Amino acid sequence: MDTSTKRKKNAEPQIEVGRDVRMELYRQQLELRYCEKRAYDLFLQNLIKGTSHLSLGQEAIAAGFGVAMHPDDWTFCTYRGHAHTLARGASMAGVLGELMGRECGLLGGKGGSMHLTDVGKGAMGSYAIIGAHLPVATGAAWSAQYRGTEQVAVCFFGDGTTNIGAFHEALNFAVVWKLPVIFVCENNLYMEYTPIHTVTAVEHPAADRASAYGLEKVVIDGNDADDVYTTAVKYMERARKGGGPALIEAMTYRHSGHSRADPAKYRPEGELEKWMQRDPIQLYRSRLLELGFAEATLKDLETNAMRKVDDATETAKASPVPSLDVIEKDVWADGGAAWRN
Amino acid sequence: MAELTYRDAVAAGIAQEMARDERVVFLGEDIAAAGGVFKATVGLLEQFGPKRVRDTPISEQAILGAAMGAAMTGLRPIAEIMFSDFLAVCWDLVANEIAKMRYMTNGQIALPLVIRTANGSGSRFGAQHSQAVENWAMAIPGIKVVAPAFPADVKGLLAAAVRDPDPVLFFEQKSLYSLKGEVPDGEHVEELGKARVLREGKDCTIVALALMVHRALEAAEILEKEHGISCTVVDPRSLVPLDTQTILREVEKTGRLVTVEENPRLCGWGAEIASIVADECFWSLDGPIVRITTPHIPLPAADQLEDATVPSVERIVREIRERID
Repeated sequence: MDTSTKRKKNAEPQIEVGRDVRMELYRQQLELRYCEKRAYDLFLQNLIKGTSHLSLGQEAIAAGFGVAMHPDDWTFCTYRGHAHTLARGASMAGVLGELMGRECGLLGGKGGSMHLTDVGKGAMGSYAIIGAHLPVATGAAWSAQYRGTEQVAVCFFGDGTTNIGAFHEALNFAVVWKLPVIFVCENNLYMEYTPIHTVTAVEHPAADRASAYGLEKVVIDGNDADDVYTTAVKYMERARKGGGPALIEAMTYRHSGHSRADPAKYRPEGELEKWMQRDPIQLYRSRLLELGFAEATLKDLETNAMRKVDDATETAKASPVPSLDVIEKDVWADGGAAWRN
Repeated sequence: MAELTYRDAVAAGIAQEMARDERVVFLGEDIAAAGGVFKATVGLLEQFGPKRVRDTPISEQAILGAAMGAAMTGLRPIAEIMFSDFLAVCWDLVANEIAKMRYMTNGQIALPLVIRTANGSGSRFGAQHSQAVENWAMAIPGIKVVAPAFPADVKGLLAAAVRDPDPVLFFEQKSLYSLKGEVPDGEHVEELGKARVLREGKDCTIVALALMVHRALEAAEILEKEHGISCTVVDPRSLVPLDTQTILREVEKTGRLVTVEENPRLCGWGAEIASIVADECFWSLDGPIVRITTPHIPLPAADQLEDATVPSVERIVREIRERID
């Protein structure tokens, strides 16, 4: 799907994407890609149990926002949240360790793949009930507004989320209270196993609903990290200054199935191949070369990213499984689980 | 000591905490300009202003989500869900998000928030505005559950709930709103998880909650005067944390346990208490444990039907006479 004709032109002046930012965007995308691929490999080796929802093909969105966000901004994401959590700087060994159920996991093995959280990095949780985190992100934005901190909450979700009530409740609420929250719909064309257009009243499940809440229709190329980055900067800065929320629909494509259990056989022939031509990482690499980045520089980034993933894998593999002592810990603030005396 | 109504004690408790701590904010439907549909929050908007006391749309998921997001980022919100029945439309936020977040994140996220809600029968509103749902909440690990019976407890336990580092579901029994009672002057804070023994007897220990406390006390009076049955009445005040030590001690003294529950029968809170008592002081019991509950039906609306459904003073007296004599 060609989204370039649908893209809204950014208001002048154009936001510059500097050389350092481009390096960072490429580095991030590489790390997210390699780490997700590693997660898949570890599944095949039976080192990761449970389920897993990979962001392969969607890395430009996590990277574009991750680079644009301030350290004290907040990310709220879904069960497809490995990339968004890593993009805030969460430990890769912590992410892989959590997927593998190890003590070094971000959540000590208590949360698993679908609940990655690193509060210290502003990754305020991965939420596995569709729609639930849009109101929660709204609440964090309320807290920023109340305290006057100019922090922004960014909330990522899929196209399927636009048909659940919490999406609409949160949008209305955020607009009425003029809250600094950016809602980012990653439209990967499929609601789990079902083509989104077959179950949605409008062509653009998020952007075509924006006008119902007095918001601008924003559709961007979610496979173009520059486009994501400049859009992120523009709307986050507006929100920081009291300009209220935004709803952004980023067009993208999932290279793999919905989850570990899904071979994605429902996709029409040729669709994946077409989108592989628009692979965000290949697109970005070509752009960097066109812009004069040296091949050796890119190779270095690629080698370093792979080394980081290898190191994180080894750290996670070496970590012990959690002690059974943690089972009845941290239900309550006192560290325990007692409900009676 | 000042005499306050149960409804005024709600506003007094919120005001006490908002005056003390700027992080305390309050949101809900019709709670600000209108002062609440039960008039339990009158005056708070005027006292604390629209930045801290905010009306919301009819969006229960957004209300609890906003409270959760605010709590995890440093505020101490109080959210009102107008009727406890409406918790069902935002139960995901209660049961899946708020209650689980600390545990799932290995202690990274704290949620010091309070969800206040009007619970229970007495207003003839029918099955979607009058049911007692405290047992729903008790079934969820990770959320505290409080249900006061007296104005002083409303203020003191609400203050405790606001100060508590964990999420609290605070059930106000809506037909108690006009009840008057003495409330201590000045700052008043109670402790969650402390039952109160309201009356001491020799023959039977009644454990009752919220509205049922008043009916149990009246029944105990009649049983003593007219039938020579002397009853202890215990008000747990909070179901989570649950003061089982007080309950066990009082059951050991009388040898009998009767629970009086407004919630429908199955998995009512009394079933858990009955199980604990059977398990831990079985040999002190002189007879079977008796549960007096609303039958396992949706609550009917008409005066006579509602009155005949929820445990009444007469029914408590009758059942205790039949089962204890």
